[in-house]
Amino acid sequence: MAAVKETVDRVKAIDVDAYKYGFVTEIESEKAPKGLNEDIVRFISAKKNEPAWMTEWRLDAYRRWLTMEEPTWARVDYPRIDYQDLYYYAAPKSTAGPKSLDEVDPELLRTYEKLGIPLREQEILAGVQSSKVAVDAVFDSVSVATTFRAELAKAGVIFCPISEAVHSHPELVKKYLGSVVPVTDNYFATLNSAVFSDGSFVYIPPGVRCPMELSTYFRINERNTGQFERTLIIADAGSYVSYLEGCTAPQRDENQLHAAVVELIAHEDAEIKYSTVQNWYPGDSEGKGGIYNFVTKRGDCRGARSKISWTQVETGSAITWKYPSCILRGDSSRGEFYSIAISNGRQQVDSGTKMIHLGKNTTSRIISKGISAGRSNNTYRGQVSAHRKATNARNFTNCDSLLIGHDCGAHTVPYIESKNATAVFEHEATTSKISEDQLFYCTQRGLSDEEATALIVNGFVRDVLQQLPMEFAVEAQKLIAISLEGSVG
Amino acid sequence: MNKPLPIRTRTEAEEALVATFDSASSNLRGASDLRAAAMARFVKSGLPDRRVESWHYTDLRSILRRAAPVRPGDFMPVERARAGLASAEAQTHAARIVMLDGIYRPDLSDLALLPAGVTVASLADALAEGDAEALGALTGEGQGADDPVVSLNTALMQDGVIVRVAAGVEAARPIAIANIMSGGAPHAAFVRSLVMVGDGAKLRLTETTAACDESETQVNEALVLRIGDNARVDYVSRVVRQGAGAISLHTLLATLGAGSEFNGFSFNPGVGVDRRQMFVRLNGRNSTLNLGGLSLLRGRQHADSTLVVDHAVPDCRSREFFRYILDDESTGVFQGKVVVRQHAQKTDGAMKSQAIMLGDGASMNNKPELEIFADDVVCGHGATVGQLDDDQIFYLQARGIPKPEAESLLLEAFAYEALELIADEQLRARFIEQTGEWLAARGAA
Repeated sequence: MAAVKETVDRVKAIDVDAYKYGFVTEIESEKAPKGLNEDIVRFISAKKNEPAWMTEWRLDAYRRWLTMEEPTWARVDYPRIDYQDLYYYAAPKSTAGPKSLDEVDPELLRTYEKLGIPLREQEILAGVQSSKVAVDAVFDSVSVATTFRAELAKAGVIFCPISEAVHSHPELVKKYLGSVVPVTDNYFATLNSAVFSDGSFVYIPPGVRCPMELSTYFRINERNTGQFERTLIIADAGSYVSYLEGCTAPQRDENQLHAAVVELIAHEDAEIKYSTVQNWYPGDSEGKGGIYNFVTKRGDCRGARSKISWTQVETGSAITWKYPSCILRGDSSRGEFYSIAISNGRQQVDSGTKMIHLGKNTTSRIISKGISAGRSNNTYRGQVSAHRKATNARNFTNCDSLLIGHDCGAHTVPYIESKNATAVFEHEATTSKISEDQLFYCTQRGLSDEEATALIVNGFVRDVLQQLPMEFAVEAQKLIAISLEGSVG
Repeated sequence: MNKPLPIRTRTEAEEALVATFDSASSNLRGASDLRAAAMARFVKSGLPDRRVESWHYTDLRSILRRAAPVRPGDFMPVERARAGLASAEAQTHAARIVMLDGIYRPDLSDLALLPAGVTVASLADALAEGDAEALGALTGEGQGADDPVVSLNTALMQDGVIVRVAAGVEAARPIAIANIMSGGAPHAAFVRSLVMVGDGAKLRLTETTAACDESETQVNEALVLRIGDNARVDYVSRVVRQGAGAISLHTLLATLGAGSEFNGFSFNPGVGVDRRQMFVRLNGRNSTLNLGGLSLLRGRQHADSTLVVDHAVPDCRSREFFRYILDDESTGVFQGKVVVRQHAQKTDGAMKSQAIMLGDGASMNNKPELEIFADDVVCGHGATVGQLDDDQIFYLQARGIPKPEAESLLLEAFAYEALELIADEQLRARFIEQTGEWLAARGAA
């Protein structure tokens, strides 16, 4: 029994709420009044100098949102959100169009430094000589700076805050915004459509291979603010882009709402690779605070032979409700989903994907690794469906869950629907704990229990880590170790 | 999670079912409180539609357009029933219990072969007499209490049998329960049976649902099965001969005692709409559960197997294996949920569902679910949907076997693998024969 006591003490000492990114940046910020009504929607729209059509679009979404009900089907449990008790807009004050990094509030830059985002070129290149990353940082809903814009512009790539794209490229925004995730898609997407503050806009012209990885960093800073960013990525015929997204939030007692929408459009022969590392504040060990992450992500493989690949490492958030999906509309298009979802403490994760096969010869692949520890619940919820006309559709799904500890739960809820006789779907799922033999093997060779667990878990998720761009893979590996701290015993 | 659905208008069928309860309550004997409560639940829920998660793929609300009436008790087409019964026979050596249009009929039953230590009684009689044990056992362990079809069954159950197998009795002969629908005009029956198997006892049980003709019958059956410690039950349920418009709803509520073994199999060689829901709870340590099924569907037939396997205690093992062959525009549904509770350590669970799609218009919906709260477990599931393997067909063709025969051969093999789970040789042989007939009919078409 002594060993058990020892473990309990050690876990207590480590404390799952030792959140590495829990600090508050004191920057003057401009907030809209609390609550949500048409005036707030107009206020947000006016703040961004949006054209009338955009304001109408938002108002329409808001009116529809009023008629909708919050979904309850996910395996997550949280107190009712009072949507009137939130701030829907908060902008760092010094954002009157920074032209270069020098104009950005130094306090803000220090925040990023603490986060370890390689905002400056030399920082990025340190150690990784050949790769370049363009960063669009969204700080409490407003894009602060976009690096590398000139170089991207040379290639014809448009990479800017969406609020800017509304002005500079209204025809593209009008054409594509809401075309993958319709305004009324679901409760949170509709809310986002009404109040979205900012996000990234990417357009890759035909035949262009984006010269660098594009990246965005989200951080919720202001107290009681929801973050509603909106990302729109269009890869025109024959183009390629890899996009990275990272998220953090400071430590707070109250729960913070995050309802983002990401829309991807891949035309003929285009490929989009979207990677996410999400480590929002997960709440403390008693489940107090933390981010509610209700995100709608969807990609539309519109053209023939297009490809969309989602890779995600989910370690943060008190509640995750996220299903990056692919609509495989173009013939021979391909969708991929690679996911690592780690939950510890009292986190609740309900995540997965949807692969909707509509076109002929479409293929998809789902690899999902769920790890639950502490008193968390981790659910994989996914759908694979073949439409009547999806001749020769193929899917392979593999979802594995690992349980660490007696008080956590791991659940798998796949929906596999085939309406075409030529479709071939394979699905396999396993749930188990870390094998005693493997642990013994490692500890016998001098590793501590914790090191051994981290090693085995890293092996367990290797299939997915391999899909991440290199800069992210290293960060993700570290994150996995941090997230599992205190879970072994 | 189960939030009330928005208020909606009642369908014609829902109105009719409520009316049936109101008008028939004088004929429905006993358990009046239980019935009233169940009806109240049904009034609240209505018939399940796509928005009810467990009925997502079988939209009963739109399938059941008109609720057929229940036959009055004095309607006795005995001769027809005997003929129908003969076609439903699969075991020659079994003790036979017959229900006609939902009423237990000792006159049609043959209890001479009933093993010693096994008793059979009418459920309606027991309820009328206020048999406390029967009443207590009737709802199993409350599994499926929210299910509208179970609620309907509880509210409207006409009759059924109570089979008791005394502790330690090893029944040498199987018991075959047949639910026969006399047919003619569309009509419905609500049957509830209770089988209690004592500690250390052994029982082979077959349940057949059949109709005397191709009429649109609507059967709602529920079987409550209590398996004592170290007991073993081999159970086969099957449907035979029903009209294209027939709807067959079957619920199994089973509990397993420590060290017990339950082998269940359901065979569906094709009826209109068939939904089998199985709620099985492993209540005692070291118990073993094997569930299997085979559905052969064509036309616009629809077969749904929905399982909830609840591992409530440690050290249990469960296996589920279901196969479907889907021709024409038929639809197969498999929903399997394995729940492992927090203390059910050392659970070993594996679930598999496989479907071969032959028809261009066929659909298969799979939902294998795992809900796991214990960490020291090994659980997995697999689901596949596809066509016959071209390579395998080519292999056989290269050896001089014509394509249609090659297909039949492969389908037969696919079906047999599932049928191998049946321990009773006579039954297995009968099902193999039926599978052959089904395949032959396919070739002929």
